Amino acid sequence: MILALQQALILVAVISLGTILTRALPFILFPNNKETPRFILYLGNVIPYAAIGLLVVYCLKNVSILATPYGIPEGIAIFSVVILHLWRNNTLISIAGGTLIYMVLVQLVFV
Amino acid sequence: MQQKTKALKAAFPLTIPVMTGYLFLGMAFGILMDSKGYHFGWSILMSIFIYAGSMQFVAINLLTVAFNPINAFFITIMVNARHLFYGISMLGKFRLTGKIKPYLIFGLTDETFSIVCSAEAPEGVDRNWFMFFITLLDQIYWVTGAALGGILGSVISFNTKGIDFVMTALFVVIFINQWKSQKNHISAIIGVAASVLCLMLFGQSSFIIPSMILIILVFTAFKNPIERGTEK
Repeated sequence: MILALQQALILVAVISLGTILTRALPFILFPNNKETPRFILYLGNVIPYAAIGLLVVYCLKNVSILATPYGIPEGIAIFSVVILHLWRNNTLISIAGGTLIYMVLVQLVFV
Repeated sequence: MQQKTKALKAAFPLTIPVMTGYLFLGMAFGILMDSKGYHFGWSILMSIFIYAGSMQFVAINLLTVAFNPINAFFITIMVNARHLFYGISMLGKFRLTGKIKPYLIFGLTDETFSIVCSAEAPEGVDRNWFMFFITLLDQIYWVTGAALGGILGSVISFNTKGIDFVMTALFVVIFINQWKSQKNHISAIIGVAASVLCLMLFGQSSFIIPSMILIILVFTAFKNPIERGTEK
């Protein structure tokens, strides 16, 4: 914990408000019985796919492919998640399996 | 009262898959928070008032770097932007939900959305309470997992290095599920390509907002071909 108590509380409040805003905004902008514009519906169809792509990149932003270990642990672990998920199609197995493999790799193999 | 019991009984079986996922992810969150020096009270507080899985993992990073609430606000909007579109999809279904509507909106996570948008209340079960209990049970699983993880993390000490990969794995799994559900992958590809480009141009600490703007610009500029390509 590197932040002061008040700073941490402010951050939690800000993140809470931001989250509530993203969830409530459609209901505020398009109250009952009002037509939703076609452009918004279009964005609603396509953005979720792009947003998850962005989040995957966000998670990997600190990985350097130019310095040791060259992103190899991340590469192996993501590959494992993909294989596990295509094989068993069980979210829990894919996430737990991939995380365990990654933890073993960074703690025991690529130390 | 009997009406609520019936709705709870109908809702519970549908939430079992979410229970396993949320307990595990919630525990990982609690353990990770504890490893960064935020004891389980913080995990519970955040799971009650933020209640957004992916955002809470991102929040751990925000709580461990220099204090910047404005940046945190924009990252929250970005990470949760997809909820705007869950809301748009639920405008009709939540229309006549009365006094429980604010909670249904507050608790509209990815997983709750996936159940509530597809499940219909069985014959004779009040559909508003049915949706309410799906939402409430899911949040109970999440808070319980976070509390357990936070307590476990403070009692047993083990090497947590690498446990933050749980977030990467979660997003990769959602990415695969979305990829499989679509014939045309252009939206997913735009998301990854725009983000990688902005990461290279703007660097790791400030690429999120440019990425978001670029994604919306590309979607706006190529609306017609994308719309034709993604039509089902």
